[in-house]
Amino acid sequence: MPLRAWSARSHWQPGAPGLRSLTVTAGEWRVLMEDVRAAGGRLLALWASRENRLDTVRAAALAESQGLIVSLPLGLGETYAGLEDLFPAATRMQRAVRDLSGVSSTDPDSRPWLRHAAWPESYRPLIDISAPPEVTAPLDRYEFIRVEGVGVHEIAVGPVHAGTIEPGHFRFSVVGEKLLKLEERLGYVHKGIEQRFTQLPILEAHALAARVSGDSAVAYSWAYAQALEGMAGSEVPSRGTWLRALCLELERLANHLGDLGALGNDAGFAFGLTQFLRLKELLLRATQASLGARYLMDAIVPGGTSCDLDTIGSDRLSECVHAVARETATLRVIYDEHNGLRDRFSGAGTVTPDLAVQLGLIGLAGRASGQAFDLRSDMPCAPYTELAPVKCSRREGDVAARVAVRFDEVQESCRLIKEILVRLPLGPRLTPVDLPPVGVVGTGLIEGWRGPVFLALEAGEGGAIRRCHPHDPSWQNWPVIEHAMIDNIVPDFPLINKSFNLSYSGHDL
Amino acid sequence: MLKTLRQIATIGIATEPPPKPDESLSVREALQERIRTVLGRALCIRHVDAGSCNGCELEIHALNNPLYNLEGLGIRFVASPRHADLLLVTGPVSRHMEAALLRTYEATPEPKLVVALGDCGCTGGVFGESYASRGRVSNLIPVDVAIPGCPPTPTRILQGILTAVSSGRVVRG
Repeated sequence: MPLRAWSARSHWQPGAPGLRSLTVTAGEWRVLMEDVRAAGGRLLALWASRENRLDTVRAAALAESQGLIVSLPLGLGETYAGLEDLFPAATRMQRAVRDLSGVSSTDPDSRPWLRHAAWPESYRPLIDISAPPEVTAPLDRYEFIRVEGVGVHEIAVGPVHAGTIEPGHFRFSVVGEKLLKLEERLGYVHKGIEQRFTQLPILEAHALAARVSGDSAVAYSWAYAQALEGMAGSEVPSRGTWLRALCLELERLANHLGDLGALGNDAGFAFGLTQFLRLKELLLRATQASLGARYLMDAIVPGGTSCDLDTIGSDRLSECVHAVARETATLRVIYDEHNGLRDRFSGAGTVTPDLAVQLGLIGLAGRASGQAFDLRSDMPCAPYTELAPVKCSRREGDVAARVAVRFDEVQESCRLIKEILVRLPLGPRLTPVDLPPVGVVGTGLIEGWRGPVFLALEAGEGGAIRRCHPHDPSWQNWPVIEHAMIDNIVPDFPLINKSFNLSYSGHDL
Repeated sequence: MLKTLRQIATIGIATEPPPKPDESLSVREALQERIRTVLGRALCIRHVDAGSCNGCELEIHALNNPLYNLEGLGIRFVASPRHADLLLVTGPVSRHMEAALLRTYEATPEPKLVVALGDCGCTGGVFGESYASRGRVSNLIPVDVAIPGCPPTPTRILQGILTAVSSGRVVRG
């Protein structure tokens, strides 16, 4: 059945543009998802929510430049059909749904994912109100997949890593230097974000959303605000949306500059780190001078923005962004001509376009592997509808391609920022947001610097949140690193890992 | 190679010039002096993310940029807690990082200092305490200095490190 037949049955979904919702039966669940796959679509998120003691599994899928929120109501204790054969990224999401909501799928991989030893299997953090039973064992025994054979040995790394990065465990099975298999184990920074949402007022929880993954604070808080405003029927004033886009592009720019420096450094070119960190610092200082903070953790609020921009701030930002664009162009030539960098970047950690389609690689890393998908162009919300951003894409799928996409996106973000500063509309930047009706579901979908950030929000009684599910593109991309590493050497792991630069916190929740 | 050299020459030294009565600069001068007095050598820091949202990490990275030039002050980040004088701990401590944090603390040789970084490290922040979070760092290990902020600026992080070093605990150990 073509997707438009399903769309015909669907309803308008409050929040992000281009999303519709549809409730299906257990029989239709798999058929619909097979149709999404056949149409070249991708799975965006999978989560469970509960109303009147009954669970509903929900999936967000993107296909043909529109999104479907598919809901499957379940009977008491009923399992649902897993999607891991259609969308390999679904496995970890299904395991997480079981860990947090106690709803099981038919997925043969029934190992816990986000649950380590902090709470027992019988406790469901998103369902049970009482405190969990005390657990005494500080560590659990996770069943890694063993690779056996002559000369095979394992290297265990983490959760505490050698550098200033987030914690996670990597199990390398190697022969000599060559990697046979990498298995990731995440969940170390699971801090109960989804449960915490249900304890906060719906009009104030954007502050928590901004801290799901600090490097994507603008993307998350915008996605949260977008969902809430859709549910409450609020229209953000035009200056508010343009300021939000300014914040989002500044966030993208800051992260890309940091990554370009770190990637040079991981390939032994410390000059790159120094140069790019200097540019990033200049940008952060200009951001603080014009918008009030180095990192815009609390800039996006429901109804608009908390920050505003005056002419002096605008000139300061404009000047800084011109300098960043000019100097990045100079540094790109140096990177491109550097033999050592070319040697390390080219062919390292390759994800071919075919593999990217199969595994559902998304966002910046996806665009480096031929997946030319960018919400800002393909499903734009205001003001991107008027900005016409250029999509940056490569097909090689190696570290070099992910570096090149970052270089292209730095220039494009600089162009967008300059255009926003020129065209920024006058008028109010903030409108009051009313409490949304109880039971309404809203969605937010924003192209963060790493990829699409999705968020589903359900309104509860008395201004509370019944359920909030934030979803980071890292869920899709973490499993792909396991494939990207095959046949590479262990010393290249930091470089390959950095070229994806995925979020641990955004994934572990 | 020529372009690289030209870029280095064009940018020059980005590290901010010291002798002005600017608070961030006076902090750095005082910092170097006191560390030398107390430790008599470079200060080695081991960073531990015990559950952070990764916002604090962004500002820790900034300490190494040429404008703050942390290594130029004799302070550096090390790869192992066994090489460290000071643990810089971020995040509310997640239950899943509890064991790793305690082991890292035990692996750090005495005398050792602990700095809790960011609102979450100081109070548990927006995440608080729950089935998955133990809240502030001092719920788990003794903390010498707590630096609030979300995230704290690099200058405030430097000030915090200074406070830790001048607390005197190191001398006693």
